[in-house]
Amino acid sequence: MNDTACLLKLYDEKYELEDYQGGVPRWCSGCGDNAILAAVQRLCRDEALHPEKTVFVSGIGCSSRFPHYMRTYGFHGIHGRALPVAEGVRMARPDLHVFVNTGDGDCCSIGAAHWIHAVRYNMNLSVFLHDNQIYGLTKKQASPTSPRGTKSNTSPRGSWLEALNPLTVTLGVQNVSFVAQVVDWMPDVLYEVVRAAFHHKGLSFVRIIQRCPEWLPDQWEPFIKDPKRVQRLESSGHDAGNLDRAREVASKMDPIPVGILYRNENVPCYEDLRRSPKLRTPELVRTGLEAEFDKFTVWPS
Amino acid sequence: MNDTSLAFKNVTEIAEHIVEVISDSGEGAQRCGQSLGSIAARMGIGIWTVEIIPAEIRPPARSVAGASGNRIRLGAGRVTNGGDLTNLAVAFNEQVLLGRVRDGELAPGCTILLESLWRDHSDPTIRSSYLKTVEQLLGAGYRVIEIAMGRECAAVANAEKGKNMFALGMLCSIYSLDLKLAQEQMALTFGKKAQKVIDTNVKLLDAGYRWAEAHLDFKYRIPAERPKEAQIVVNGNTALALGVLASGMEICAMYPITPATSASHYLSDVFEKVGGVVHQAEDEIGACAFAIGASYAGKCTVTITSGPGYSLKQEAIGLAVMSEIPLVVVNVQRGGPSTGQPTKAEQGDLMSAIFGSHGDAPKVVMAASTIEDCFYSVITARRIAETFNMVVVVLTDANLATSQQPFPRPQFDPAWMAPPTDQSALPEGLKPYDWDQATGLARRFIPGQANGMHTVTGLAHDRASHVAYDPQINEEAIHYRSLKLAALQRTLKAPALFGPSKGEMLVIGWGSTKGAIEEAVEMLQGEGHKVSSMHLRFLQPLPPGIKEAMKGFRHVMTVEGNWSDRPEDELIDESNRRYSALAMLLRARYLRDIDCYSEVRGQPIKPSTICEVVRRKLAKPKKS
Ligand SMILES: Cc1ncc(C[n+]2csc(CCOP(=O)(O)OP(=O)(O)O)c2C)c(N)n1
Ligand code: SF4
Ligand SMILES: [Mg+2]
Repeated sequence: MNDTACLLKLYDEKYELEDYQGGVPRWCSGCGDNAILAAVQRLCRDEALHPEKTVFVSGIGCSSRFPHYMRTYGFHGIHGRALPVAEGVRMARPDLHVFVNTGDGDCCSIGAAHWIHAVRYNMNLSVFLHDNQIYGLTKKQASPTSPRGTKSNTSPRGSWLEALNPLTVTLGVQNVSFVAQVVDWMPDVLYEVVRAAFHHKGLSFVRIIQRCPEWLPDQWEPFIKDPKRVQRLESSGHDAGNLDRAREVASKMDPIPVGILYRNENVPCYEDLRRSPKLRTPELVRTGLEAEFDKFTVWPS
Repeated sequence: MNDTSLAFKNVTEIAEHIVEVISDSGEGAQRCGQSLGSIAARMGIGIWTVEIIPAEIRPPARSVAGASGNRIRLGAGRVTNGGDLTNLAVAFNEQVLLGRVRDGELAPGCTILLESLWRDHSDPTIRSSYLKTVEQLLGAGYRVIEIAMGRECAAVANAEKGKNMFALGMLCSIYSLDLKLAQEQMALTFGKKAQKVIDTNVKLLDAGYRWAEAHLDFKYRIPAERPKEAQIVVNGNTALALGVLASGMEICAMYPITPATSASHYLSDVFEKVGGVVHQAEDEIGACAFAIGASYAGKCTVTITSGPGYSLKQEAIGLAVMSEIPLVVVNVQRGGPSTGQPTKAEQGDLMSAIFGSHGDAPKVVMAASTIEDCFYSVITARRIAETFNMVVVVLTDANLATSQQPFPRPQFDPAWMAPPTDQSALPEGLKPYDWDQATGLARRFIPGQANGMHTVTGLAHDRASHVAYDPQINEEAIHYRSLKLAALQRTLKAPALFGPSKGEMLVIGWGSTKGAIEEAVEMLQGEGHKVSSMHLRFLQPLPPGIKEAMKGFRHVMTVEGNWSDRPEDELIDESNRRYSALAMLLRARYLRDIDCYSEVRGQPIKPSTICEVVRRKLAKPKKS
């Protein structure tokens, strides 16, 4: 950025953290969602996003309360459907910043079809998967990402199935263009990855391992206590341009790989393929309509 | 059959005729029928064409259920519906005819022009089936004229293909249609193809015409009135799509489903030319959510579907209702429940349109009743959706979707289009749900507008869109969302009566039955019955004036294409009879003993059926 641009930015668009703070968060104390909120508010401030030009779209779940805690536009929709709502917003409005907050049940269970196709559409959206490996809001049921053996209200003697891995699934979809993983307890890495996701042109999918002290209080303690069990991809020389490597890394959970697993800036965005550069004036519509009428008209003879 | 040339045939003047062209699918019967309709329309003969569609893509050849083709009702003056029974059928094999006979679609004595190649077919089972069927048909009193169409075609065009255009030529002769216009129509029909193709088809057309002139001993003329103004000839789905274009909407989100798909096919072809997008979503839930997202962001969006897809959209529709996001949902109804009868017409979704989605979810429900109405309904729906920030459901059905009827070419009005997305700053302090006390209306907030930041939610919320479970706030919000319907209702006109305002019976209908009902009413009036009708365009809210109109009649009855229990059934009485959808609504609202007649035969209700029902009801005292 050159100096004038810098200056302009200073004068025009200076925002404080408070400018992005909406309602008082109602999450449990120690809930990882708080950390995600802090990172995202910091991002908005640092990028000086116009609050009125910014939209957070979510589904239903604890994590989907997110938009209410921002002071931007927000869309707290229905369970599982955050992605298609966000796609509609994006298709209609290339000028907005569009974020998606979704839970592991929201995205990987009820909304799974939308998730797969959203990756394929590769619309310019930053998608944050708040993966606490449990259904929080509905009070502790196993989710598709719950590790096998998770005791929950619907699996009191332990869940039966192996967990679904959101990273490998996403990396398996044609047109995937950005996949990252972070943990809520490393605020700086979280911030950096969220920022990279924001700057990516295309759908950036960030799985955020999110603590739910309410229902799974011990889930991540061993990982927090032993920093060796979290692996920074940046410092390990991981090549984020290599899809095969990304899939390999994605399939390992101990140590937890954090950082950008895969990034490809060259995947076209669906909205760019579909949106017409034509300005939709009444005149354009009239001309188009008359041309169609001509095809079907029976003229008086 | 007379084999000598008939230079001076008697031409019989007739007021109307119903002709159908049927074959195995892929033999071009549809194209023949459509072309016949277009030629007749250009001459000023009234038409209503209906597609005959088999449920499967490729039903086995020569199968009873495989009839594919077109039914064209030709008439002097304006034709408003598909009419009653077929007077003349052209069939390329005898099996497809059997299906039509079984369905009771052919008039007694119907003339059948039948491809005769099967008579000498190498397969003895086909030969014998053909002979047996012809005998049966003759025995049933039909007039069967066997014609070696394929052979005649081969003689002019070196191919057995092209029977459909040969048949078209015959029909032009039979109905005294202008052969020059028909030849021109070839150029329109095959315009995208090589000149050679056009020439071949013109040859086939001429051959059919000559053959009929020489060999058939009958010829008809239907009085034509050259149209004074330009007319559009399209089916209901194309009209819908044109309406989307004209309404200024920019995005249509859909998932393929019969019989709605052709609207999106057509739209996919033309929408981009005016800067629009058809998004084929991963499913109907995704399509509806996508549409809601786009509408929320400032571009009122339409999603087009049919029964099963409509069911899937219900939760998302409720979200749009709750968050007061404008949305247009088109449901091209088909036979239900479940997968039902995908290609058949039914009016079974009125209740789910009005009451669908859990909780109190008031939405506007309109029904198109003509092809022209399909066009204008979308424009009106978009406008209502954006004025009231409501979901507007437009109901059509498989009958309208595939039928063609000319209507005056619309004059584009820029007011049809949505204004550009409002990006002006909102007054400080204004809340996204500052409901107007009298109307329930609140100003729509669109992302990008300064001072408008808030989070819309499907949860109960207050004026600021904050989640609120306070009993008072919840009631207030539901009250205002409901009030908008009343506010809209106050702007609606009373529906016009068709016929005198006093009489024995008032027939009330909605949707595609309009033409058939009005035709029946005219017939009944001609017989001296004091019958009138009324057709509803708005089903939710119901327009004013219905109660007053009903007062002029001793009996009121709805006619609908959905289920109602038959009063003659032993088990059925007043305490358990399930009434047709509209009858139920009217009974509940107006506390009148409104009767109903309904059918779920998958076909448009015939005027003659309605006549019979009304005659019976008027003749007989009510079952007590
Ligand atoms: C159609 C529908 N089905 C079920 C629910 C109930 N429900 C609400 S949130 C939720 C699961 C939430 O889990 P997750 O997405 O992981 O979010 P979290 O609460 O863990 O953040 C369920 C099942 C609903 N709201 N809608
Ligand atoms: S239940 Fe779990 S996910 Fe929900 S707010 Fe509490 S800690 Fe967070
Ligand atoms: Mg969860």
